[in-house]
Amino acid sequence: MKLYEHEAKSIAQKFSLPVPKGFVASTPEEAKDAFDRLGKPSMLKSQVLVAGRKKAGGIRLASTSGEAYRIAKELFGMKIHGEPVGKILVEEVVAAMRELYVGVTVNRSVGRYTVLASTEGGIDIEEVASKSPERVVRLDVDPIAGLRDYEARIVGRKLGLSGKQLIDIAVTISKIFRIGMTYDCELVESNPLLETKEGGFIAADFRVLIDDNSLWRHQEFQERIRRRDAEFTEIELRAREKGLSYVELDGDIGVIGNGAGLVMATLDMISYYGGRAANFCDAGAGGATAERIEAALEIVLSNRRTKALFINILAGITRCDDVARGIVSTRKRIGMDLPIVIRMVGTNEQEGRRILEEAGISFLDSMEKGAREVVARSKG
Amino acid sequence: MAVLVGKNTKALVQGITGSQGEFHTKLMLEYGTKIVAGTSPGKGGASVCGVPVYDTVAEAAEAHEIDASIVFVPAPFARDAALEAIGSGISPVVIITEGIPIRDTMEIRAIAHERKIALIGPNTPGIIAPGECKLGIMPAHVFSKGKVGLVSRSGTLTYEIAAALTNSGLGETTCVGIGGDPIVGLGFIDFLELFAADEETKAVVLIGEIGGNAEENAAEYIKGTAYPKPVAAYVAGRTAPPGRRMGHAGAIISGRTGTAASKIEALRGAGVHVAEKPTDAAWVLASLVGK
Repeated sequence: MKLYEHEAKSIAQKFSLPVPKGFVASTPEEAKDAFDRLGKPSMLKSQVLVAGRKKAGGIRLASTSGEAYRIAKELFGMKIHGEPVGKILVEEVVAAMRELYVGVTVNRSVGRYTVLASTEGGIDIEEVASKSPERVVRLDVDPIAGLRDYEARIVGRKLGLSGKQLIDIAVTISKIFRIGMTYDCELVESNPLLETKEGGFIAADFRVLIDDNSLWRHQEFQERIRRRDAEFTEIELRAREKGLSYVELDGDIGVIGNGAGLVMATLDMISYYGGRAANFCDAGAGGATAERIEAALEIVLSNRRTKALFINILAGITRCDDVARGIVSTRKRIGMDLPIVIRMVGTNEQEGRRILEEAGISFLDSMEKGAREVVARSKG
Repeated sequence: MAVLVGKNTKALVQGITGSQGEFHTKLMLEYGTKIVAGTSPGKGGASVCGVPVYDTVAEAAEAHEIDASIVFVPAPFARDAALEAIGSGISPVVIITEGIPIRDTMEIRAIAHERKIALIGPNTPGIIAPGECKLGIMPAHVFSKGKVGLVSRSGTLTYEIAAALTNSGLGETTCVGIGGDPIVGLGFIDFLELFAADEETKAVVLIGEIGGNAEENAAEYIKGTAYPKPVAAYVAGRTAPPGRRMGHAGAIISGRTGTAASKIEALRGAGVHVAEKPTDAAWVLASLVGK
């Protein structure tokens, strides 16, 4: 889960990692007050979770208190890539000598955390890494021992730093790493990390991405998801509450299946035959029961773009009769007047087929046939 | 011969008294897997499907000869359970549990590596040697003893393709899920090595999906070693949007890494037959190695 910049920065402060002085505002009045408290030209930064807020005009400089009020009013009325601006971080402008990058990320191929650092901060680090890999210092960290202080100093030396600055950057890197460990981060990064005129380092931007699977260890953020204050759409949140894995897509064919790989392959098949899926929905975690199929159907059908539906079940732990019962009962309860294609094979297949046949619902036995058929019917 | 498990494997089930643990213990026993003991802290002395339950792995290992463990323990306790099995020197350890924090898996993986323990998973359907041993939650009926080794990041796609291999008459030597999480124990390359050394395995199917670069690394390995057996592959997620997690914790395109296109290109570059549709992988192999 992504944290808002202001949340990430309040974590930074807990670890005494320097960040620019700033205040969070929820109204233009509060933004003006914040500006007055800072008493100098300040940045107004929209607090959104989508990327690219700067290019979209979500970060603006205010020179006077009146201007702060006016800009805040504009920002609060804005949607950045569809996400409304609920809070603004009003923050002092820090003069910088240089912009650096320091991040800690999960290195999937070696199964370790990797510290990444560069003196080319302020821009997309992936771009730096692909164009001039020698500009990015990397260090894989032993997951049992953690990052040693001397390792942080090695990174600092490789960045070309020395003297007091070397000590300072090592301390900064260690703090960022500790934040990563404490919050089970998939990613924690400061980009840019500013080198000030005095030679110190300040995290001008700070991003924290928490591993969703660790949220039970971080109840405060678990709560925030329940308050619907996260990067998910309404439908995605409802799916999450029902324990379904759901991602909204931009096509018009609804998809329900059991198993992440099977559902991904189903989306690919639909595209192969010239259609576009409206969603990804895996109802299979731990077995797709009748209740889960009902929940999945309600969620998928609540997407108004859905013109046809493909249910693809390869039953292992899941039982075809349960799936069939879920489909039949949902049709009775909420009606389903769109074309539906069902592919269903595996455990209790005969019983499942009997239930569907009795209800007058047809089915197929291969996902290729199913995908071809649903694409044809979505167009007809 | 099957790899890592076989008809003489004597297995331990950790978390045997939970609903999943008990349900699958029954199914594994029905398949013919030799399950000699189970563990569940606080429930020592009980019995599940006739299998004796111990409080600790150490006690189970003292009373029985054990050479594999399967873990059904819920995510918050899974690290401890896996480390307990590793601590007793049991190998392989198969972790079925989904939803284990990445940081916990990193620790399990590092310690397993240090102790030279074969770790499978987490978030895996397990491993099956058709007709000999099922150490997992896969539906048994889609598998049949034969000559293809199958290694996969996805459960249901494994079943889809295994069923096609079975229907084509090829059958399988061993099918294994390496797990759908970003970080897992043994990977594609480890199993490619095992399959290369296994005489009965005549060809390999590799099932990948978006996220990370395990498929690219496997392609490099296949190319670099001039892999001795034909390999077919399927990669799921060609149409997945970047930045979104597609069901599995590990199935996510991050920035520029993890796209299906990059994986398919790498595999094709290594001479792997990448199928357009899942079941095509089986037909491709049938034509390559003959029935």
